[in-house]
Amino acid sequence: MSEKLLNWDEVLIGGAIKDPGNSKSYETGSWRVERPVWNPESCIQCMFCWVYCPDSSILVDENGKMSGIDYDHCKGCGICVEQCPTKPKSLAMLLEADAKGKSEEDLRKEVFSK
Amino acid sequence: MGKKVALTGNEAAAHAIRQINPDVVAAFPITPSTPIPQNVAQFIADGKMDTELVTVESEHSAMSACVGAAAAGGRVMTATSANGYALMWEILYIASGSRLPIVMAVAARALSAPLNIHGDHSDIMGGRDTGWIQLVAENSQETYDNLIQAIKIAENKDVMTPALGAFDGFNISHAIEIWELEDDNKVKEFVGEYTPLYPLLNTKEPVTHGAWAPPDWYFEHKMNQLEGLLNAKDVVVKVGKEFGSAFGREYGLYEAYKMDDAEYVIVAMGSVCGTTKDVVDSLRENGVKAGLLKVRLFRPFPYKELADALSSAKAIAVLDRVSPAGAQGGALFTEIRSALYDANNRPPVINYTYGLGGRDTQPQHINSVYDKLKTIAETGKVDKQFDCLNLRGTWG
Ligand code: SF4
Ligand code: SF4
Repeated sequence: MSEKLLNWDEVLIGGAIKDPGNSKSYETGSWRVERPVWNPESCIQCMFCWVYCPDSSILVDENGKMSGIDYDHCKGCGICVEQCPTKPKSLAMLLEADAKGKSEEDLRKEVFSK
Repeated sequence: MGKKVALTGNEAAAHAIRQINPDVVAAFPITPSTPIPQNVAQFIADGKMDTELVTVESEHSAMSACVGAAAAGGRVMTATSANGYALMWEILYIASGSRLPIVMAVAARALSAPLNIHGDHSDIMGGRDTGWIQLVAENSQETYDNLIQAIKIAENKDVMTPALGAFDGFNISHAIEIWELEDDNKVKEFVGEYTPLYPLLNTKEPVTHGAWAPPDWYFEHKMNQLEGLLNAKDVVVKVGKEFGSAFGREYGLYEAYKMDDAEYVIVAMGSVCGTTKDVVDSLRENGVKAGLLKVRLFRPFPYKELADALSSAKAIAVLDRVSPAGAQGGALFTEIRSALYDANNRPPVINYTYGLGGRDTQPQHINSVYDKLKTIAETGKVDKQFDCLNLRGTWG
């Protein structure tokens, strides 16, 4: 969901926000230079990445399992990669420029088959 | 009925705060405004008001506490001077940007260095662009009246902008004058109840204050804020009229003293206007068409109205109680001169800095200004656009 940009005479007085939680509509993923790529095959579901991610960008499914990355909001800080305890790591950083136009499947293969 | 009292300007401010009885006062003492929170503390201790007095460790914290209390939905007041005002700087912008109608009494004072605790306008003129409404008083009566009006102005739905009521440190803050203290109930009725727009404490309608505005939002919010500040101009006039009907003393954007046919005009703010009025009176007795334009509202600056009020002037001197600090002249001078650029009547305008750090300004000094204006009007020549009053040594 992307936000609707309002005119100066439409914004709420004093920058107040009446619909809490609207930071979701601000897609900080656009700031990213590098992105984390996840390898579900080696992931041990320890959830360290979820605990440490400063942007709540580790996706969790209905069973409470790590299920991927929210690329709309992930800023690409790399903290999740640092924290991942598996050897080799189940998360790896890749330049955004190198990820352009490729599917997540392809990227996983590219990063983790080496 | 109100009653005549003989009290200082600081006490006038403290009585206004007592009668307004805000939810919160957060303040830190600094000369010359210290007696304001001191008196407020005494009033609270004596059971004469039930304000929550928050004692803090600095003015930065004082204004921060004011912002928090105002965002929570309270009616909030404070007082400060000089370096204390300067220490509030960052939070002054947060108060105005968050549209919190905090009202502050400022006993205007010089800023260090050199260390000086006496009166001038260095503090409020330095803070003129912090987005606050600025009212400047000539005496204790106006100090009291302005603070009461400031509540209604700041809290007006079209304004919702913090306001300060300034008065000269020591000249007003510590001088005992006779002024009219109105009835508690009448003041209470005049200021009315405050209904905050988006109080944090209303848990039924959760709201966020102080959120982040990235480059694609900040600009719109700042212009929305500016509109609120600009709206204050008409509200100042409206509230000034209402105050007149309630208490018999009407206020506007400025006071035009013997200005109807005035040819030699001083434009000034604050206590020097009292001295200037005396000089105008004696010049008028001698047939000299002298006048004074006393600016009451400095922010938002009513440039159009002030230019219109100067339409009969043949020569104008603007008195600034602040150093020009590298500008063409003092803050009031540059604004007045700019306002006159679009006027039909564009007489010569000169500028004086006076009264820095509590330097006395006497009738002889004001007389010398009118003498200068007469010469300028007669010869059409300005030898010095900027000069100083009562400074040792020749400037420029
Ligand atoms: S790179 Fe940073 S922001 Fe993105 S998922 Fe990992 S920890 Fe979160
Ligand atoms: S830290 Fe690594 S192993 Fe643990 S859940 Fe995240 S990706 Fe899986």
